[in-house]
Amino acid sequence: MRFLLIEDNPKLASAIVERLRLDGHAVDHADTLDAAHSCLAVARYDLMLLDIMLPDGDGRALLESQRQDTNRCPVIVITARSAVSDRVSLLDLGADDYITKPFDFSELEARCRAVLRRQGRATDNRISIAGTTLDSTAGELLFDGQVIALRNRELRLLEVFFKAPGQVFSKSHLIDRMFSLSDEASENAIEVYVARLRKRLDGSGTKIETVRGLGYRMVAV
Amino acid sequence: MTATKMHPTASIRQNLFYQLAGVAAILSFAFFLIVRGVAEQAAEMTQDGILSASATAIADALRSEGGAVVLDLPYSALSMLGTLNEDRVFYRIYTDQQTLTGYPDLPLPDERPRRGEPVFETHEFRGDEVRAVSVMRPVGASGAARNVIVTVAQTRLGLEATSRTITTTATGVAAGFFLAATGLSLWAASAALAPIERLTSAVARRGPYDLRPVTADTPTELVPLVDALNSFMTRLRASLSRTEDFIAEAAHRVRTPLATVRTQAEVTHRKLNKPEHRLAIREMIRAIDESSRSAGQMLDHAMVKFRTDTLASDQLDMRALIDEVCDRLGATADLKDIDIIRDLPDDPIPIHGDGILLQATLQNLLDNAIKYSPEDSRITVSVTPNDALWVSITDEGRGFGDADLTRLKTRYTRGANVGDIVGSGLGLTIADEVASAHGGRIDIKPNENGAGACVSLVLPRE
Amino acid sequence: MRFPRLAARIIAALTLLTTASHGYEVEQQMHYPSTQDGTVLRIISTADLNVFEPILLAFQDMHPSVAVDYVVVETADLMHAIYAEGASFDLAISSAMDLQTKLANDGFAQDYTSPATQALPDWARWRNQVFAFTQEPAVLVVSDDFFGTEHPPTNRDELIALLRESPERFRGRIGTYDVRRSGFGYLMATQDSRNSEAYWRLMEVMGRLEAELYCCSGEMIRDVASGNLALAYNVLGSYATSQLAITDGFRIIELSDYVNVMLRTALIPVTAENVADAQAMIDFLTMLETRPDLIAASNLPSIAQETFRANTALRPIRFGPGLLVFLDQLKRAAFLRNWEDSLLQN
Repeated sequence: MRFLLIEDNPKLASAIVERLRLDGHAVDHADTLDAAHSCLAVARYDLMLLDIMLPDGDGRALLESQRQDTNRCPVIVITARSAVSDRVSLLDLGADDYITKPFDFSELEARCRAVLRRQGRATDNRISIAGTTLDSTAGELLFDGQVIALRNRELRLLEVFFKAPGQVFSKSHLIDRMFSLSDEASENAIEVYVARLRKRLDGSGTKIETVRGLGYRMVAV
Repeated sequence: MTATKMHPTASIRQNLFYQLAGVAAILSFAFFLIVRGVAEQAAEMTQDGILSASATAIADALRSEGGAVVLDLPYSALSMLGTLNEDRVFYRIYTDQQTLTGYPDLPLPDERPRRGEPVFETHEFRGDEVRAVSVMRPVGASGAARNVIVTVAQTRLGLEATSRTITTTATGVAAGFFLAATGLSLWAASAALAPIERLTSAVARRGPYDLRPVTADTPTELVPLVDALNSFMTRLRASLSRTEDFIAEAAHRVRTPLATVRTQAEVTHRKLNKPEHRLAIREMIRAIDESSRSAGQMLDHAMVKFRTDTLASDQLDMRALIDEVCDRLGATADLKDIDIIRDLPDDPIPIHGDGILLQATLQNLLDNAIKYSPEDSRITVSVTPNDALWVSITDEGRGFGDADLTRLKTRYTRGANVGDIVGSGLGLTIADEVASAHGGRIDIKPNENGAGACVSLVLPRE
Repeated sequence: MRFPRLAARIIAALTLLTTASHGYEVEQQMHYPSTQDGTVLRIISTADLNVFEPILLAFQDMHPSVAVDYVVVETADLMHAIYAEGASFDLAISSAMDLQTKLANDGFAQDYTSPATQALPDWARWRNQVFAFTQEPAVLVVSDDFFGTEHPPTNRDELIALLRESPERFRGRIGTYDVRRSGFGYLMATQDSRNSEAYWRLMEVMGRLEAELYCCSGEMIRDVASGNLALAYNVLGSYATSQLAITDGFRIIELSDYVNVMLRTALIPVTAENVADAQAMIDFLTMLETRPDLIAASNLPSIAQETFRANTALRPIRFGPGLLVFLDQLKRAAFLRNWEDSLLQN
């Protein structure tokens, strides 16, 4: 996915950019409203991450201007205001969702997915392997004319495998991808989810096999 | 909410009314005295007039015959005294040290009347007060004229009756005048205060966050007050927004560095391979999350305190509020594969309250439920409209164990059973304060259908 | 005390017999005992017993516990008894309005107000002390024998004209009151003198025709009825009417120019001991109108406003201080002098 990050704090911005890139996303960074406008003028983004407090003005102004745009980019607002007063007005102004600092990237990813799903935007989020397709926006697995709805963690685990078929992933890597870092998760949990996914994939052209001592990988049947 | 104690001094309307009524009373009394005085004087003058006409008529009938004074008492001289009332009449004709005719015991005037100048006296005679007039008339040839004194007296019972009638009338008129004036005073006091009442109701109708200047039509006398009020509201508005800004700024200052550190930690976590290093980073992230949550809830708490002081009363739909909160936290729940089941009625649930606070409360409660729920579980949000409105959030988590359920609501107390879950314990406190501010409460009990807890926001029905 | 002494002198002149105990002559006296033990109502009155008895008995019917002591005196004696002697009576009933007025004016009467007295016309009460209960006109009585089919005079001018036309027919055959002896006569004469200039002309004519002078209406009526008199002037109408019921030979004429109406009155003297019964009697008397049987029995015409509306010539004598005027000694002396000059020409 391609993100536009609008954030004036350089340290936070660079950390977010780096973090998102780790997950394979493309990120442009703008540190002012002006820069953001320039970026929006030349490129198309799947999603905008907007910090509401900016040096050259309130992020709300950008929301307001974006609101008129028919082909507007979905916006998730990053706010330091945790709770009460801002939420309603942000959503009223046309933000699609918001996330409170500091945030968990799993949560951000879940929110992005939910926003995109709500928007119904045709981003290229489908990956096919051996006749089996994963639609990560819709959270669906398609093969043999079947549509299988996936739960969140199943989807996130499958995504890891689909993005690198044949690659072996250690359990600890999979834990990182599946669980929020604040969650306590054991390697047993991975075994449980892998077992579930195998059941889901039963009858499709792919399967997850165990590489003893190293982890798991996805291969065509 | 704190109620500021005012010490009202006497009302302006009352003061104005009392003053006007007092003036009316004084005027009525003066009016009474004047009317009675004038009328009684007129009545006395009438009696004096008739008495003196009577005495004059008698004097005119005096004549001298052969050196003796002769009187042919005119019928009209006495009968005219009976025209106005039924008072008793006495007369005495006196000359040469003897009574010619009439009542010899009727006193002579103290002062001898001179010709053409009748003397009036009031004294007691035969048991009644009488008004007496005496005239002097020389009778006979100018050389040997004898001075005859004619005294005519009349009791004053008729005059007293007249005086009573006048007093009654004057009292009635004065009382009527007083009542009318008092009524008008009441009206005038109300009319004079009408602009103040308009102003009052214009200000009282406003919600707690409506701090626009007052623009209602203002009489000149009230302009300084309204100006002062407007200026006060401007300052209050500035002060309120400063408070909000301060809280927002504080949040920003605390949370932005935390966000930076957390993000960097996540990045670092990715790059590390040694399990003990990764564990250390995870611990760090959990610490960051805990402190940010604590900071967040403290700021929330501050904001809740601030808002409950001046609680807004918006017309709200509880169903829409719940939907929004569920939508909002759906993504968070998804992360743990938790299903949020909404057991809501189809129709809107009208309720009055502070929307922002109620939403924050519901969010806190649901957030807590998600936090304490195991993976792959269900959270049910249901509404039970009984005599009160129950919004219940039931989870399948570990419940509150044996913790004192009332203490849970007190600040910084966490369940006995939270172990590894990040949380500050302020969530329930905030919820409880908001519920109290709305006249409701937070109800905590175990899940009736198995493990977990059921936390309810209970609000009074409209 | 000149005035009472004068009254005493008048009374002395009128009194045939003066008892040692009091200075007034009792003409008649009657005690009506009560059927039950009770109070005694002592009435001094100028009305004859036979006139008043039905009223007294009717009163006792209503108040059976009241015994009545009824004393009949001349008008001047009544005045003397109350005014000069302070005699204790509970009720004073008199046909002499002027004397009753003087009693009230000089403080010898008590106030009394009741629904019955309030119901009286204004002219029928004075100071809530003097209450009228009859209205009795002074009439002309003419002999049937004398006039035959001839029309008797209808007013004073006609009367004067008639007397002047044929003095020989009337000489010695006309009668009127001796105002020096009769209080009623004096009252009527003085009112006549106020009302009409014709009065003195009439007196002049009557004096020339050697009018007979009477003390009382009864004798005048008797002489008219018997034909000794052709006519009698200023006869008490009520008395004439009652006589007409038992005697004939005369007619009663109310002159059309004016008729003086005397009001018989009652008052409660300040010396009254039994005030309550006296008040009851006043209520009873003022409501005489409601008892036609008593009016018929006593021949006392009750107070009736409508009589005056029907005959505008009727003039009730007005209460008030004016009535004191002719009681004034100088005035009385002057009047009597005039009267004697007119009537006693021989």
